[in-house]
Amino acid sequence: MNPFAQSPHSRGLRRREGIARAVFLCVTVLLVLPIVAIIGMLLVRGLPAITPEFLFSEPRQGMTAGGIFPALIGTLWLVGVSLAVAAPIGVLAAVYLNEYAREGWFTRIIHLAIVNLAGVPSIVHALFGVGAFVLFLGMGTSILAASLTLSVMTLPVIIASTKEALSAVPMSFREACWSVGASRWQTVRHVVLPNAISGILTGVILQVARAAGETAPILFTGAAFFLPFLPQSVWDQCMALSMHLFVITTQVPNVPPRITYGTALTLLGVVLVVNATSVAFRYYLRRRKRW
Amino acid sequence: MSPAAPTPRRVARAGLRLRAERILEVLIEGVIRLCGVSAILFVVAIFLFIFREGKDFVFDSLKPGEFFFSPEWYPDSVEQKRYGTLALVAGTAGVTVLAMLIAVPFGLGAAIYVAEFSKGRVREVLKVTIELLAAIPSVVWGFIGMLILNPIIIRLFHAPVGLNALNGAIILALMSVPVIVSIGEDALKAVPDSYREAAEALGATRWQIVYRVLLPAAKSGLLAAVLLGVGRAIGETMAVLMSTGHAVHIPTSPLDSVRTLTATIAAELGEAPRGSEHYRALFTIGMLLFVITFAVNLTADLVVRGVRRR
Repeated sequence: MNPFAQSPHSRGLRRREGIARAVFLCVTVLLVLPIVAIIGMLLVRGLPAITPEFLFSEPRQGMTAGGIFPALIGTLWLVGVSLAVAAPIGVLAAVYLNEYAREGWFTRIIHLAIVNLAGVPSIVHALFGVGAFVLFLGMGTSILAASLTLSVMTLPVIIASTKEALSAVPMSFREACWSVGASRWQTVRHVVLPNAISGILTGVILQVARAAGETAPILFTGAAFFLPFLPQSVWDQCMALSMHLFVITTQVPNVPPRITYGTALTLLGVVLVVNATSVAFRYYLRRRKRW
Repeated sequence: MSPAAPTPRRVARAGLRLRAERILEVLIEGVIRLCGVSAILFVVAIFLFIFREGKDFVFDSLKPGEFFFSPEWYPDSVEQKRYGTLALVAGTAGVTVLAMLIAVPFGLGAAIYVAEFSKGRVREVLKVTIELLAAIPSVVWGFIGMLILNPIIIRLFHAPVGLNALNGAIILALMSVPVIVSIGEDALKAVPDSYREAAEALGATRWQIVYRVLLPAAKSGLLAAVLLGVGRAIGETMAVLMSTGHAVHIPTSPLDSVRTLTATIAAELGEAPRGSEHYRALFTIGMLLFVITFAVNLTADLVVRGVRRR
């Protein structure tokens, strides 16, 4: 008798192992498949609509014809202004947490606040924007109010990723800098930030993607249903791509599917391209890391 | 290059510059500290400003019995306005539970597959795809629910309308899966390799390791992953607004149209006149949502903390 033959028990084990593997594979594939199908469907139906004319002309005939140019520009405004506010605050907050604060009950509370800020529903952010920026600070419904609302909402993304980038800078770099007499801020400014800058940018890019896709927070704070002109300053209202998609799918009857699919695909495209940039950036960094 | 000779003037100027730098540094550190606590300030400010707009409703017209236990939400009615949120809470709960019934097995399954069974390129591709899922904006999800899922549900279930709790739940499941997968994967990764090695040395198969060693060890991390998924599902607005059909009543089947707390605010705030009772009632719902998600996130965080401490 072959002493190395499998016993029935171990054969059973192996079979169960195979089954488990197959089940988990199936679950994962079932999860990935619909995504691929959905994106494929959007591509097939939306791609023919995306022409230069569609991207660079204004909506016409009650948004049932024409393009999405003002919405694109509006999204650009909103993302730009919110980035200008959220990026410095977020980066400095992460600097505080990683370089200045000592671990303790206070940082624990800050951490809790960040987690909760990230978990607050987007519509509650919208209410906050209305209560604080539109009414209390008297900004009215404007790009500024909408962008500030977006900034508060995306702050946790920036803080979390910046903190990660900062903590990836080896402690020895800081110690070397301190030992030649540099102060804490000088160390941060000349050693830590330059070494973490690419990681920080990755997080900032992610914030851009998130801000570009959000609808609820700008619904009542600055995005307009339809504006025949482009915004001139942060005190104007503007159209936005995400809002425009919402409006033409739910509020305006008889919009040809070509336009709705085209708008959806453009929005998805913008967000995914920005995200892909961030992912590619991260890969590139991992390759290039010197320590 | 030889260093400049230290004439008294140069020394004085250097001293001045040093002092200016000190002052600048103190200022900058002040700003950094302020930014550091900004998250706390914002969370407090969010609650305060929503409370400020909603407090008149809470103190003047809120009837707790009606607000919490009546399914009648008639803010526009002329003779008898009613502000009962039970149907909305039931809508949120129904959609969330249904979404989790789909998302938890798939999310945890995928997390286990990604963390323990896949490797190399397959794993990278899977992770990127799931990250992609997280990047899709919620209004695009709503669009998918309305235009793609809607006809599919009508055909499959012979439902009169495809915009219902099931539709919203599928969309929400797809939206919260990335959270569950990424946090779940972290939790599995946090289990020390020595556990795996010990089990392997005893001749355990991969499945036995997962089932007998990793799952018990990563239990609370996985629970936190699910909780964060729940938090995301409760708070989601646009996708649910567009895909659940918008009918205020307590759902009795997955094919019923429902309305959630978040969707109610999004749909009605634009029409409620500023300062009206209706407007303030919507802010009160906002407070309710804030408290609910706060509790869910806090619990998730405490659970994760528990793991780390161990």
